[in-house]
Amino acid sequence: MTQFNEMFQGVEVRIPYARLKDWVATMPQELRSLKQAEAEALFRRIGITFAVYGEGGDPDRLIPFDMFPRVFSGAEWSRLERGIKQRARALNAFLVDVYGRGEIIRAGRIPAHLVYRNEAYEKAVAGFVPPKGVYSHIVGVDIVRTGPDEFYVLEDNCRTPSGVSYMLESREIMMRMFPDLFRENRIEPVDTYADKLRRTLASVAPARCTGEPTVVILTPGHFNSAYYEHSLLADLMGVELVEGQDLFVDGDHVWMRTTEGPQRVDVIYRRIDDAFLDPLCFRPDSMLGIPGLMDVYRSGGVSICSAPGAGVADDKAVYTYVPEMVRFYLGEEPILQNVPTWQCGRPEDLAHVLANLPDLVVKEVHGSGGYGMLVGPKASRDEIERFRAKLSEDPANYIAQPTLALSTVPTFVEQGVAPRHVDLRPYCLVGERIELVPGGLTRVALKEGSLVVNSSQGGGVKDTWVLAE
Amino acid sequence: MRLTVDHVTRYRYDTPVRSVVQSHRLTPSVFTGQKVFDWEVTVTEGTKGARHRDGAGDVVQGWTIAGPVTEIAVRVQGTVETEDMAGVLRGHRETVAPDCYLRETAPTRIDVALAALANTATGADTLALAHALSAAVAGAIAYRPGVTHAHTTAAEALTLGEGVCQDHAHALIACARSRGIPARYVSGYLFATEDGTPHEAAHAWAELHISGLGWVGFDPANLSCPDARFIRLGSGFDAQDAAPIRGIARGGAREAMDVTVAVQQSAQ
Repeated sequence: MTQFNEMFQGVEVRIPYARLKDWVATMPQELRSLKQAEAEALFRRIGITFAVYGEGGDPDRLIPFDMFPRVFSGAEWSRLERGIKQRARALNAFLVDVYGRGEIIRAGRIPAHLVYRNEAYEKAVAGFVPPKGVYSHIVGVDIVRTGPDEFYVLEDNCRTPSGVSYMLESREIMMRMFPDLFRENRIEPVDTYADKLRRTLASVAPARCTGEPTVVILTPGHFNSAYYEHSLLADLMGVELVEGQDLFVDGDHVWMRTTEGPQRVDVIYRRIDDAFLDPLCFRPDSMLGIPGLMDVYRSGGVSICSAPGAGVADDKAVYTYVPEMVRFYLGEEPILQNVPTWQCGRPEDLAHVLANLPDLVVKEVHGSGGYGMLVGPKASRDEIERFRAKLSEDPANYIAQPTLALSTVPTFVEQGVAPRHVDLRPYCLVGERIELVPGGLTRVALKEGSLVVNSSQGGGVKDTWVLAE
Repeated sequence: MRLTVDHVTRYRYDTPVRSVVQSHRLTPSVFTGQKVFDWEVTVTEGTKGARHRDGAGDVVQGWTIAGPVTEIAVRVQGTVETEDMAGVLRGHRETVAPDCYLRETAPTRIDVALAALANTATGADTLALAHALSAAVAGAIAYRPGVTHAHTTAAEALTLGEGVCQDHAHALIACARSRGIPARYVSGYLFATEDGTPHEAAHAWAELHISGLGWVGFDPANLSCPDARFIRLGSGFDAQDAAPIRGIARGGAREAMDVTVAVQQSAQ
């Protein structure tokens, strides 16, 4: 399997990385060690130690930061940007549709059971169109690259994708440590993200809200692995970070307790799952939510971002149909491709998967974080046989994909610099407008040859550059 | 039939509670077989909050009670004109796709015994099968109050062989779903006639979705389809999802609940 190296084509350096060649060649070993220690100290000082994407693991463990940036040319990015925005529009159109008339299902383009019997489909919001017709306000699209022009979407995250604080902090730290690099290269800024997020959230305030909307971030609390990110975003946006108990329903509205008395809340950027939002609508034992919230939401008194029910669009089984959504709702051809996916619930797909297990990646439909998956080419015969048994027992619970030759980016390792596999998660903002900050979170598999970039499995993060044209 | 309802739910707390929030599905459905004359819900010291009609067509009304209070009474009073539609829910405005109601929930989870019970039923078409399923559930779970409780599952009720309307409805829903028929829980009231059939004035039954007919009610407890004696309030996946009142009081007080329901035929 040939792997695309994003910096080197043989001995040639690809243009976006041109200026980094000298940077790394002239960096003395001592300086490198010094800088690496400095980066680690900075990350530790700001306390950004959470596990990316709620993968669990030790919440106090520092995620390794690699100083070698990942670089996209303006042209490369512009195509990615169009593809991501297109996907975000299609996913939102799908959500409005499946909570409305379900045209895509009536048209036979996606099976009804994948949608209506999906755990993430919320009957409680059927028939409701959120302000501006947006269900998913922050779409995190996980992308891998296999060649100069070959990008594939691994999965979509329509609920509350996390990790954006790594994008912001990685940049901050790189700028502090290597100011020269930022003078020599024209790198698009990412620090506009918080402003754009704030504008996006304000733009979907309920129609009844007049004046400047009050936006809050609802967190499950400091024990949550992404709490750092919640508080960072609240700080950067200049909005309150609240827990369920700080909010209450009275009459037609949601209110926040403040030292100056109750203040009306118009937009809630929630970082808790649907099930915990309102004990009167979802799980009655939830202590994290706001009783009565859903009644206010459904009657147009408050906006919830992402909208309850958005998760049905990012299910791994629904994922297969996203290109179909692009064609159906937008009448366009998808700019970004899906990874070819076999649905093990289909007998013919299952047969293919069972016959080719050593070459495939098999994932649980509802799994995340790189747990419970099989990477065929890296697995032992025993592991493969164990998975074969699991697959035969509950095929519908699994999907399979070919093992992709993920691109590599030079990465600092013990012995110097070596290629390591990477992926990318940009964060697309959807409100009145669709916006994308030029950049994202690049995760890197630090183990040689490893294709698993999850932080729980030895992954790290890099700064992601988009060069100005 | 013109029916009057007087339904009082009283909550008592051992210590005063503040900021009580409730969500009500206490408004009769509007469809061909049911017309509302007058209807009023009052809550002691309560403030009416947000109101909406959900995707299943139910009117959902929020209430807040600032407190401190040690007792809350939710009183429902009204008059409804009903007509025997043989259980068919015609002219009801809703948008939820019937396939949604094929999803299992904890109280309606199918087990081996429920599946076996479901498989004893046969019918020439879906409607006949639905009737057979309802009869099978009625035969397997005898009406007996006090044996089961609010959190008893369909599987547990079948093992006990006894239960109340909630258990019958859960069991029928589980059986219907296992045979591929979308099914849901309906809460409402029942006017008790003098014919000796067991009944509960605050009643519950199931609706099964029959292609060509739409939603059709089945009441295993009374071996019938809902007729003019039934008043339909709202629906859901199961009893909790369809609950006429869901509420929460902050502050750890112990709650005791007491319900009285009177449904009478009104002289016109």
